[in-house]
Amino acid sequence: MIELIQDYWQPFIYSDGQQMTGLAMTLWLTSASLCFGLLLALPLSIARVSSRRWLCWPVQSFTYLFRGTPLYIQLLIFYTGIYSIAAVREQPLLDGFFREAINCTLLAFALNTGAYTTEILAGAIRAMPRGEIEAARSLGFDGWKLYVHLIMPSALRRSLPYYSNEVIFMLHSTTLAFTATVPDILKVARDANAATFLTFQSFGLAAALYLCITFALVGLFRLAERRWLRFLDPGR
Amino acid sequence: MTGEGLSMLPTFTQFAATLDGFAPLLLRGVWITVQLALMSLLLGLAFGLLGAGAKLSRVRAWRFCAQLYTTLVRGVPDLLLMLLIFYGVQTGLSRLTQALGWAYIEIDPFSSGVLTLGFIYGAYFTETFRGALLAVPRGQFQAAKALGMTATQGFVQVIFPQMMRFALPGLGNNWMVLLKATALVSIIGLADLVKVAQVAGKSSQQLLAFLLMAALIYLLLSSVSSLVLRGLARRYGHGVQESSP
Repeated sequence: MIELIQDYWQPFIYSDGQQMTGLAMTLWLTSASLCFGLLLALPLSIARVSSRRWLCWPVQSFTYLFRGTPLYIQLLIFYTGIYSIAAVREQPLLDGFFREAINCTLLAFALNTGAYTTEILAGAIRAMPRGEIEAARSLGFDGWKLYVHLIMPSALRRSLPYYSNEVIFMLHSTTLAFTATVPDILKVARDANAATFLTFQSFGLAAALYLCITFALVGLFRLAERRWLRFLDPGR
Repeated sequence: MTGEGLSMLPTFTQFAATLDGFAPLLLRGVWITVQLALMSLLLGLAFGLLGAGAKLSRVRAWRFCAQLYTTLVRGVPDLLLMLLIFYGVQTGLSRLTQALGWAYIEIDPFSSGVLTLGFIYGAYFTETFRGALLAVPRGQFQAAKALGMTATQGFVQVIFPQMMRFALPGLGNNWMVLLKATALVSIIGLADLVKVAQVAGKSSQQLLAFLLMAALIYLLLSSVSSLVLRGLARRYGHGVQESSP
């Protein structure tokens, strides 16, 4: 166990000497895909609750497709499926993008979490109390101003508890990255297991790292909820 | 542009022809995925009921064990647990059989998939069942007792049907996640839908088409499940639906 830690602490935490690995890679995958996903979900959630069918329908199909199929299949499609088409390999720009495993992985992760986040935000927008919107209208807010100043800030706050689940879920989903050769924590654990045959110790170490990140995230979200959701529980 | 559009046509007819050849293989993969999902569901429900019972138990040690179970399992990625159980149990078992002088026992990917998924989703079901059990009014337990029912009778005939109404939305969500998580078992070598699609795609040089096909089948499975869940919700919601808005 001590030897395993001595040999593998560096790849487990940040680098194997050539590239970013382990904890650093997992954190980068999680935060980057969550950022892109959220950026995608902000406009899409507004389109999702729109009463115009041509705006709502494509977003609904997008979330239906990405929430109804396993992330692993989506990753395979982006990582191996698309690159198997000759037309993609011949196009220099597409070839450059899809040749890198990390790009395909981030694309699949971001679209997946984007789809879930869109539905979470759309739910929060729909749950807006009508009175608040009427009050804002009576004060002269309308159109995009209504969204920027009232609806979106409120929806983002209200969806915090649900979004925290999605964040933990995304963290756990990043373990799929090793199937696309991206060196995250699980990949290092697998390498350590293959080299030393210390199965319980290698995977146990990885599990401990994931547990730490999960607890840290849960703690952060608890703080965030206390700060931004106080208005829902004024008695405290 | 039109040239490209025309060149797509033969690939579609080609795919239809290859699909014909691979249909039995694909169907076998679908069947394995469905079996895997249903058996993990059953095991997970059993774990969930036990876990919920332990969490609400008067014995402190039980509560502690159940808390440890749900916290650890929900804090660690499912894929990691799957690899740990698949490789770890195998190593442990071969050491045990060696020490006892028995023949080598190999765990197949299917049973370790069922074991892992059941164990993991049992932790999520535990939380669902715990909440649902707490939502059943205490008077119902006492009424069952007053009618002379044993604890088991009371649970099966009085508590369980009422609990299911509260548990169903959570169970439904967990089932959807579980169904998609079965795709992970192909990583430890089970010939499920994902694996079969990859094999067929690689040997026919039409990987993307087969992967899309597999995605479509998953979409179909989850759409069917959500229909079934809606039916179940109606069944367990009988007599309460009118009062809810």
